Amino acid sequence: MIRNITRKIYICLIFIFLYAPIVTLMVLSFNASKTRSKWGGFTLKWYKSLFENEAIIQALINTLAIAFLSALIATVIGTIACISMQSMKKRNRTILMGVVNIPMLNAEIVTGISLMLLFISLGIKFGFLTVLLAHITFNIPYVILSVMPRMKQLNPSTYEAALDLGASHLKAFFKVVFPDIFPGILSGFVMAFTMSLDDFIITHFTKGPGIHTLSTKIYTEVKKGIKPEMYALSTIIFVSVLALLILVNYTPKKKEK
Amino acid sequence: MKNALVNLENITKSFDGQMILDELNLYIRENEFLTLLGPSGCGKTTTLRILGGFEKPDKGRVVFEGKDITNLPPNKRNLNTVFQKYALFTHMSIAENIAFGLKIKNKSKAYIDDKIKYALKLVNLDGFENRMPDSLSGGQQQRIAIARAIVNEPKLLLLDEPLGALDLKLRQDMQYELIRLKNELGITFIYVTHDQEEALTMSDTIVVMNQGYIQQIGSPERIYNEPENAFVADFIGDSNIIGATMVRDRLVEILGARFACVDEGFGENKPVDVVIRPEDVELVAPSDGTIQGVVTHLIFKGVHYEMEVTANGYEWLVHSTRMHEVGTPVGIKVDPFNIQIMNKPESEDEEAVGVNE
Amino acid sequence: MNKKLLSAPFLFWSALFIIIPLCMVFYYGFTDKDGAFTLSNIMAIATPEHSKAFFEAVKLSLLSTVICFFLAYPLAMILANLKGKRSSLIALIFILPMWMNFLLRTLAWQTLLEKTGVINSILGFLGLPALNIINTPGAIVLGMVYNFLPFMVLPIYNVLCKIDVNVLNAARDLGANEAQAFLKVTLPLSVPGIISGITMVFVPALTTFVISTILGGSKILLIGNVIEQEFTQTGNWHLGSGLSIVLMMFIIFNMVISAITDKEGDTNAL
Repeated sequence: MIRNITRKIYICLIFIFLYAPIVTLMVLSFNASKTRSKWGGFTLKWYKSLFENEAIIQALINTLAIAFLSALIATVIGTIACISMQSMKKRNRTILMGVVNIPMLNAEIVTGISLMLLFISLGIKFGFLTVLLAHITFNIPYVILSVMPRMKQLNPSTYEAALDLGASHLKAFFKVVFPDIFPGILSGFVMAFTMSLDDFIITHFTKGPGIHTLSTKIYTEVKKGIKPEMYALSTIIFVSVLALLILVNYTPKKKEK
Repeated sequence: MKNALVNLENITKSFDGQMILDELNLYIRENEFLTLLGPSGCGKTTTLRILGGFEKPDKGRVVFEGKDITNLPPNKRNLNTVFQKYALFTHMSIAENIAFGLKIKNKSKAYIDDKIKYALKLVNLDGFENRMPDSLSGGQQQRIAIARAIVNEPKLLLLDEPLGALDLKLRQDMQYELIRLKNELGITFIYVTHDQEEALTMSDTIVVMNQGYIQQIGSPERIYNEPENAFVADFIGDSNIIGATMVRDRLVEILGARFACVDEGFGENKPVDVVIRPEDVELVAPSDGTIQGVVTHLIFKGVHYEMEVTANGYEWLVHSTRMHEVGTPVGIKVDPFNIQIMNKPESEDEEAVGVNE
Repeated sequence: MNKKLLSAPFLFWSALFIIIPLCMVFYYGFTDKDGAFTLSNIMAIATPEHSKAFFEAVKLSLLSTVICFFLAYPLAMILANLKGKRSSLIALIFILPMWMNFLLRTLAWQTLLEKTGVINSILGFLGLPALNIINTPGAIVLGMVYNFLPFMVLPIYNVLCKIDVNVLNAARDLGANEAQAFLKVTLPLSVPGIISGITMVFVPALTTFVISTILGGSKILLIGNVIEQEFTQTGNWHLGSGLSIVLMMFIIFNMVISAITDKEGDTNAL
C-alpha cells in the first residue's frame, strides 16, 4: 500500500516537473501585462492580435509546411530503405543501420554545421529548401527506427503466399506487407513531424536570413522579449494536439484483436 | 493426509473479477510426482504460482511441511521452480546461473563449484560451465533451468510446462530424463502441463482441472480407465461419450440396446453418460453384435486402423488392428469391464466429487 | 523488381546529406583559410577560454545525465510495472510536451525560476528560503534535465518492459530478496537501455547552446556556445569545425567505452 502511494506521488512529481512550464506558458498567454514576471489581469487580446501578426503566422506556415513535407518525404525514403534492408546481407545491413544512427547519435550542432557547410559549397541558396532538406535528413532515422521493428516481425511467408496466389510483387506488397507495417510507418511519420516541429538547432544553421520557423523566430525574440502572441499560439497548438490525442485514445476502437 | 508435504486449503483466486480458482483443496505427498493437467485457463498455472509464492490467494492457506507459508515471499520458501521458457539469466554464464541461488545463501566457493559440476553431470551437460544461455539449444536450456533449481536442494520442485517449447522427439527424451532425475533426487515434483500423454507417462498422480475446479484426482491408469465425468473422458485420449440410461445395476441401455456392465449404485432408469474407449469397441459379425452398424470412415494410423461406425444414429470411434472396408456391415460388442458409467453433470462447471485413491 | 535498387534513394541521401557533410567538417577542421593542412583548429581546444567552456559543458552535462538517470530509473520501473494497460499513453505523456516549442518551454523556466517568479512565491508562502538559481550553472542543469529526461526514461522503460517477469521470479525463487533480484538481474539486464539513455541525454546536453543562452544569462559559455558563435558571428568555420571534431571525438570515445562495458551492445531503444 505504502509502496503504491509512493509510486503515485513520484509519478505526480515528475508529471508536475514536465508540465509546469507548459502550464506557465498557457497562463502567460492570458496575461494582460506584457512582461512575463507580472500578472496584469486576464485578457484574450493576444489571441486576437496573433492573427493580425503576419510574421508569426508566416513562421507558423513555414513550420507546418516544413514539418509536413519533411515527414512525408522522410517516411517514403525511410520505408523504402527498410524494405530494401530486409533482403540485404547481414553485414551490409549493419553498416547501413550504422549510417542511419549517425544523425540520431551525433550532436545536433554538428549535423547542423555540417549541412550548412554542404549547402554553402554546393551553392544552394539558404532558405525554405535548405531547411527542408536538413529536416528530411534528420527525420529519416526516426522513420526507419519505427518501421524496422514492424518489418522484422513480419512473417515473410505472407508475402510469398500472396505471390503464390498470383499477386504481382507490387500488389503483394500493398495488399499484404503494407497493412502490416502501416502502424510503424504512421508512428514514424508522427515522430518525424514532431521532431521537425520542435527542432531549433539544425534549422538555426540551415535557414537563410529571410525565412523563419517558429523556433528561430522565438530565438531571435529571446533577448528582445517574447511577444505574448507566441504564448497564445503555442497554447493553441498544444491544446489542439492534446484534444486530438484524447479523441484518438477515447473513441471506441473499431475492432479488438 | 498423513505424510502430506503440501496442503492447499480452500484456495480461491480471481483476476479482474474472473474466478480462476474456486475453493481448491489438494494435498501432495512426499516423493510424489504429481501432475496438474488441464486445458489453458483451467487454473493449473495459477495453482503452481501460488505454491511458488508469485501469487497470493484471495482466500485459503498453503501449508508446507506443517507451516503456513501463504504469505511467505518466494525467496523464503524451500522449493524451486522450473519456469516455462526457462527464464535463464541471459547476462550470466551457465555456471553463474546455476550458482545464483547458492551465492545468495553465501555457500563457500568450493561447495558451489562442486554443486555446479554435480548438477551439470546430472543433466548430462558436463563442461558447459562457461557457455552463455543464448548459445544453447532449447533442450539444453531446459536442462540448465532444472540444474539451476535442484542445486538448492529444494524439498519440492515445481515445473511449469517445462517441455512445452521443445519438439516432439526431444520432449519424449526429456520425459524419461525427468523421471530419472526425480528418482535420483528423491524429491517431490509438481508438474503442470496441458499434454495428457506427458501426464500419463510421468505421473504418480494426475489432477485433472477445468475452469478452476478439480475434475478428478487419481493414478494415470485410473484417470484413463475410469474417468469420472465427460470432461475427463474427453480430455484424456479419444473416447466415445454417449448419453445412456442405467436400467438397473450392471445393465445399461445405450442407443436402444442393452449392454452388460459392472457398475452398481446409480439407481434404476437413471440418465448417465457412458465412456467407451475406441480400442475397447470390438467389431464382429453383425449377428454377434449387441448393435449393428456400417463402417463409414477408414484411416490407417500405423499401429492401428481408425474407423467410424454409424450405429443407431451415433458415430462410434473404433481403433482396431483388423481392417473393415467402408460400407461393411458390422456388429458392435463391448466387454462389460470396458464400459465406464458416469453421472451426468447437472451444470457445466460442476465440480466432480473429489475421490482419493 | 530488384530489391537492391530500392535502397538507392536512401543510399544517395545518406551519402549526400550525412557522409559528405561530415567529411566537410573534417576538411574545414584540418585546414586553414588558405586550404593548407593544420592542426591548430584542433589544438585550439587547449586555449584557456575554449578548454574552460569545454570542461564546463562536460561538468554540467555529466551532472544532468546523472540526475536524469536517478530520476528516470525509478520512473521507468513504475511505468514498466503498469504493463500493457496504459503503456502507449505513457509514451505519449513524454512526447506530448514536445508539441510546445522547446525554446518556449525552456523560457518558461526563466519565469518560474526568477527572483520574484512562481517558484519563489510558493517557497516564500511556505516560509522557505528563496531559490536563486536563475543565470547560474544550476539553472542550466535544471534546463538540461527538464529537456532530456524523456530520452532517459523511454529507452530504460523499453528495456524493462522486455524483461521476462519469470526471470525475476526465478531470481526470487532461487532465494534472492527484492533488492538482490534488482541488483543482480534487473539492473544488469537493463544496461543496454541505460547506455542508450545516457548517450541520448549526454550528447545533446554536452553540445547545447540554447539552454545555456536562455537559462544561464550570457555569463556562462559552454562549448556549444563557442562553436555556434564561430559559425554565426565570428565566421571562422575552420575553428568551429575543429572544435566540433574535438567534440565528436570525445563523444565517440565515450560511446566506445560504453560499448565495451556493454558486451551485448546491439540495442537501439527509442
